[in-house]
Amino acid sequence: MSTLLDIENLWVRFPTRNGIFDAVRGVSFSLGRERLGIVGESGSGKSMTGRAILRLIRHPGIVEADHINLHGENLLAKSERDMRKVRGEQISMVMQDPKFSLNPVMTIGDQLIEAHRLHAKATKAEARKKALEMLEAVSIRDPERVMGAYPHEMSGGMGQRIMIAMMLIPNPEILIADEPTSALDVSVQGQVLSIMDRLVKERGMGLIFISHDLNLVSQFCDRVLIMYAGRIVEVCDANRLHEAQHPYTRGLLGSLPRFDAPRPRLEVLQRDPSWRDAPSVEGRT
Amino acid sequence: MNAALEINALNVYFGDHGALVHAVKSASLTVAKGASFGLVGESGSGKSTILKAITGLAPQWNGEIKVEGRPLGAKRDRNFYKTVQMVFQDPYASLHPRQSVDQVLSETLYLHGFRDIDDRVNQLLQDVGLGPAFRFRYPHQLSGGQRQRVAIARALAPQPDILLLDEPTSALDVSVQAEILNLLSDLRAAHGLTFVMVSHDLAVVAHMCDQAAVMQHGEILEVLSIDAMRAGQTAHPYTRTLLDASANRVA
Repeated sequence: MSTLLDIENLWVRFPTRNGIFDAVRGVSFSLGRERLGIVGESGSGKSMTGRAILRLIRHPGIVEADHINLHGENLLAKSERDMRKVRGEQISMVMQDPKFSLNPVMTIGDQLIEAHRLHAKATKAEARKKALEMLEAVSIRDPERVMGAYPHEMSGGMGQRIMIAMMLIPNPEILIADEPTSALDVSVQGQVLSIMDRLVKERGMGLIFISHDLNLVSQFCDRVLIMYAGRIVEVCDANRLHEAQHPYTRGLLGSLPRFDAPRPRLEVLQRDPSWRDAPSVEGRT
Repeated sequence: MNAALEINALNVYFGDHGALVHAVKSASLTVAKGASFGLVGESGSGKSTILKAITGLAPQWNGEIKVEGRPLGAKRDRNFYKTVQMVFQDPYASLHPRQSVDQVLSETLYLHGFRDIDDRVNQLLQDVGLGPAFRFRYPHQLSGGQRQRVAIARALAPQPDILLLDEPTSALDVSVQAEILNLLSDLRAAHGLTFVMVSHDLAVVAHMCDQAAVMQHGEILEVLSIDAMRAGQTAHPYTRTLLDASANRVA
């Protein structure tokens, strides 16, 4: 499998009053044309890893790595100006809540058209056609009406599909999805995931899928990285997640209520301080 | 009369004449004393609205709501809030950011006419598994799970018989969710509480409840026992879809 992205020894640090806080501590992994899941609890550094790839960590946060190579080119060596070309065109990101990532005072059509014209030298009419096409690609039934609507007129599921449409307009090679379905209902979740799945397959994209939902990741991804306290504690094939060995992964799986196997009490995760200090597992294929 | 909660032909509306939304349409259900009842459905199906109508947070309703045999009027009195308390979804939003845990619990206790506040605050904290060290902390000094414990302690302060739980764990990590669900089960056993729980997660409802109502577009489609749900004995096709969407998950 060809490697799109290769990350070596990534650290994300935040200086605080009480010294430096390491949110991500020396993570290495690679991404091919596959669906890579990153799971962990809140605070495990999974979102920070996703943001660090696009260099979206704000000052005073510090991103350090031996390299973050996209097709062999180190993103960390790029100027902010060059980075802006990478964002969107080569790597796109879908955030958790569509309510906060769409502009509330612009119509959806205008936002999609703007996104397209920023990346391609297109006329307004061409951009409009492209926007309609993308809305259709994410299974929006009435694209003409949606183009003229404002984000608050959309449901959560539609908002998230619009976000995905916007991210796909410049045709990126890598899509980073940070909890893209957490704000959605189970039934809508399925729709959004199958759309993402289809697009990834059709376009041969690489997908980094960040989620706290183990069930979802085990169904949807090819490979899973499990993060704890800023490190990767385990890497496994998604369909064998239930055979995971690390006590942390086992604990997370055990704490899930199961529909088919009722039991009087749920297991509570007992954290072992040694998990923090164990070296990070390398997530390469 | 051993029903803790009885709802007959409940309608709830939002908005006014121009844009009236009929959020709950003629819903009826009965929750036995000491039972744990679940409400499931997608967002916008009206499950939280039923809880809101019970507590008086959705004033435009008609129909009949009976709590322990007594029908509710337009206003809720203090006695009602001594019987029914609610725990909200987001512990980050439901606690006052500038009030310490002590203030939150003391005020609630004072308003409900208790005067041995000091002992009761300590007892409440102990009940929800937080030590006395948490008493003078502010919400930002607590994790999501600890905040939800404080919210549960606040709901328990007036010694209610019925707890309305509106997605109590959906803002929490799975490991923390397990702790809170265990805590709720323990509290139900210890205080003989009746639960009405709203959740979009069928596995959580199946774990916590013995009976559930399935809702869609403001209507209760069917009320069935969790055992029937597990066995796949559903009367309505929508329940089937909901089951399929949640049950084909491997843990």
